[in-house]
Amino acid sequence: MEMPVPSAKVLADKARIVKRLRKVLPRDAVIDDPAETRAYECDALSAYRCAPLAVVLPRTTEEVAACLKLLHELRVPVVPRGAGTSLAGGSMPSADAVVLGLARMNRVLEIDTENRFIRVEAGRTNLSVTGAIEGQGWFYAPDPSSQLACAIAGNIGMNSGGAHCLKYGVTTNNLMGVTLVTMQGEVVTIGGPWCDAGGLDLLGVICGSEGQLGVVTEATLRILRQPEGARPVLIGFGSNEVAGACVADIIRAGILPVAIEFMDRPCIEATEAFCHAGYPDCEALLIVECEGSEAEIAEQLGLIRQIATRHDPVEFREAQSPDEAKRIWLGRKSAFGAMGQKGDYMCLDGTIPVSALPEVLRRISEISRAFGLEVGNVFHAGDGNMHPLILYNANEPGQQELCERMGAEILKLCVEAGGCLTGEHGVGLEKRDLMEVQFAPEDLEAQMRVKDVFDPAWLLNAAKVFPLRVSAARRGG
Amino acid sequence: MRVTRESELVEVVRAATAPLHITGGGTRPVGRGEGAALQVAISGITLYEPGALTLIAGAGTPLRVVEEAVAAEGQRLPFEPVRWGALLGAAGESTIGGVVAANVSGPRRIQAGACRDSLIGVRFVDGTGAAVKNGGRVMKNVTGYDLVKLMAGSWGTLGVLSEVAFKLLPAAPAQASLVMDVPLAVAAKVLAAALGSPFDVSGAGWMPGVGAMVRLEGLAESVAYRAGRLAEVLAPHAPKILRDEGAGLWRDLGEGKPLQGRRGDLWRFSVKPSEGPLVAARLGGEVVLDWGGGLVWALVTEGTDARALAAPYSGHATCLRGPFAAFEPEPAPLAALARGLRARFDPKGLFNPGKMG
Repeated sequence: MEMPVPSAKVLADKARIVKRLRKVLPRDAVIDDPAETRAYECDALSAYRCAPLAVVLPRTTEEVAACLKLLHELRVPVVPRGAGTSLAGGSMPSADAVVLGLARMNRVLEIDTENRFIRVEAGRTNLSVTGAIEGQGWFYAPDPSSQLACAIAGNIGMNSGGAHCLKYGVTTNNLMGVTLVTMQGEVVTIGGPWCDAGGLDLLGVICGSEGQLGVVTEATLRILRQPEGARPVLIGFGSNEVAGACVADIIRAGILPVAIEFMDRPCIEATEAFCHAGYPDCEALLIVECEGSEAEIAEQLGLIRQIATRHDPVEFREAQSPDEAKRIWLGRKSAFGAMGQKGDYMCLDGTIPVSALPEVLRRISEISRAFGLEVGNVFHAGDGNMHPLILYNANEPGQQELCERMGAEILKLCVEAGGCLTGEHGVGLEKRDLMEVQFAPEDLEAQMRVKDVFDPAWLLNAAKVFPLRVSAARRGG
Repeated sequence: MRVTRESELVEVVRAATAPLHITGGGTRPVGRGEGAALQVAISGITLYEPGALTLIAGAGTPLRVVEEAVAAEGQRLPFEPVRWGALLGAAGESTIGGVVAANVSGPRRIQAGACRDSLIGVRFVDGTGAAVKNGGRVMKNVTGYDLVKLMAGSWGTLGVLSEVAFKLLPAAPAQASLVMDVPLAVAAKVLAAALGSPFDVSGAGWMPGVGAMVRLEGLAESVAYRAGRLAEVLAPHAPKILRDEGAGLWRDLGEGKPLQGRRGDLWRFSVKPSEGPLVAARLGGEVVLDWGGGLVWALVTEGTDARALAAPYSGHATCLRGPFAAFEPEPAPLAALARGLRARFDPKGLFNPGKMG
């Protein structure tokens, strides 16, 4: 993946930059020893690595502001980092960049159940937000797979989703306000625990801007009361197409489960071998989860059973106990790990209209045959957000490139079917060069104008999202 | 001037040298309206896929047409768009683009999100005359910046909407309303108790003459069960349970019926829900509360600066009718960012100048 040539001036100036950083930050908040900065050379897109110039780990919004003000003055690029779990390379540094990590900003600042919000520092992990309120019966809804490790800052940067967003929405739908520090070091408070913006909806464009508009240091998040209960059902089918058609029928019937997850045969076999969840021997399966009281769950599952029966399921397994529910989810939650046992994999994230599922799945298997690389599909079917996993061998010369070419083909197929390149992981570095498949020049121009306003010098994470050729004039200026 | 196609809109904007006053149906005449009127009448549903819960329509499509089309398939716009015409004394027919431009959401906003949360794609013409698309027609999309949200509630100041795409939800087969005769002062507490329950409340407001109202929607058995359980939670306030006969109350609430056709300036406060009754008490006039107390519609004596009277409050206030700036002036850093965006998207200053600040 092409990266801009690092600034020779910044590289040569490293000692002075670090010295100035140490004047505005506590001693232990600045890391410049190459042995230590290497820990920040990549995120979860680990095929791409580059050690940064230095790393700063501030503890307060004021420290973030002081540090950005200085780096802006010195014209040093900055790459913000939450927990470094991006699958798209969103926090991969360049050699001339300072990584600004938020890991030390993880406090809960305010819990207000009467007004249904929590305010946290943005380095706090996703799961520990719910951890702070679950004792009182509340939860924070967005649940990306990496929720044990990933930070709210990164969730906001990428507008992360999760399995349960079919009902509860993604990060942007649950974010009420932020404290944002601009590249110039200005602290801006946007939104708060009320329902809409007083002027332009800046919060809406900040969420999902991939750390290019500012550094989010605090977030006000909407919290919800936990439902009385939840129960999954597992439905096995004779083909991908039939499973896809069943998804469309469930949605069409007016039932809104909290999650509809899909796995195909390669994924089912891999997870069986890996964690023995006891899944049926079938071509495709759905896990559908319903919420509410026992009677409400029974009412919804009854309707789902009626619909599924029309599609001649191989198996219809309702969880009869918490243990069975756990086993149904076990395979789904282990799917990525299980595929990882079979080899290296690349995880795609395109979204398509739900109605196009059967056709797109069929064409993905054609592409898989043409490229000679195996694909497993495990994804959020209710909202059309696919996660094809392409298996390859990173140690075999040429396979990484082959896999990337095949991934690009699948993503182009998603766009062609009326969908998009990424549903919840973000563009980052990984899909940057495919943006022109989905957007015309004027569409990208409109987006870049927003960055012009927030970060006129284009110093924040500037080598991501927009193809380098498209952003060249701005980054040079 | 009236445009019926995006290509016409592009030509009008390219040729324009003086301010344009962008309108849809003209039912939300809020803030300054300078310049030659430009009515967006790009009308018609261009795609509706009930199986994918998605609809795309020209921005000038009447809201009524969209609502009828989705209702015929047992679906609905999740955010419950409300009409302001009767409240503001404006004739005309609300358009779907107008709903987006003002980010209008009704009582269900507290459960299903705002208009901007259901909006998944837009096409608009910017101030240079370029037709721009953002988002698309899928429910989950993080490809590039989310200009969809930025356009929602921008009141035409960043670009002229030509097309909008929504995700839909199945319409609920059943509903119930719990109505409690409680004074305004305790309304937010009562509503918070309901919203803090696990029973998935889809409306929570207060109206004079009615009292506090809470809505539940969903499958019939589920609604009956939750209504019973919620009635236990709210027992100290003696709730009355209404079935379908309560549906009209929510329309009245969303459209501010008790304040319609009355003299006085009209204000809308968006605040932390627990502050709703406090703001109302300081204002002293007639009010309607929605969103659990977080939205206050208030009628005040003509010429009263309601912002000064209601202070301190979190959030913001909009003057919908009266001799004050419609939108609350923002803190300097926010105002500078907003000004910067308007200058980039509309460099000639054509679109609704002065409307938002």
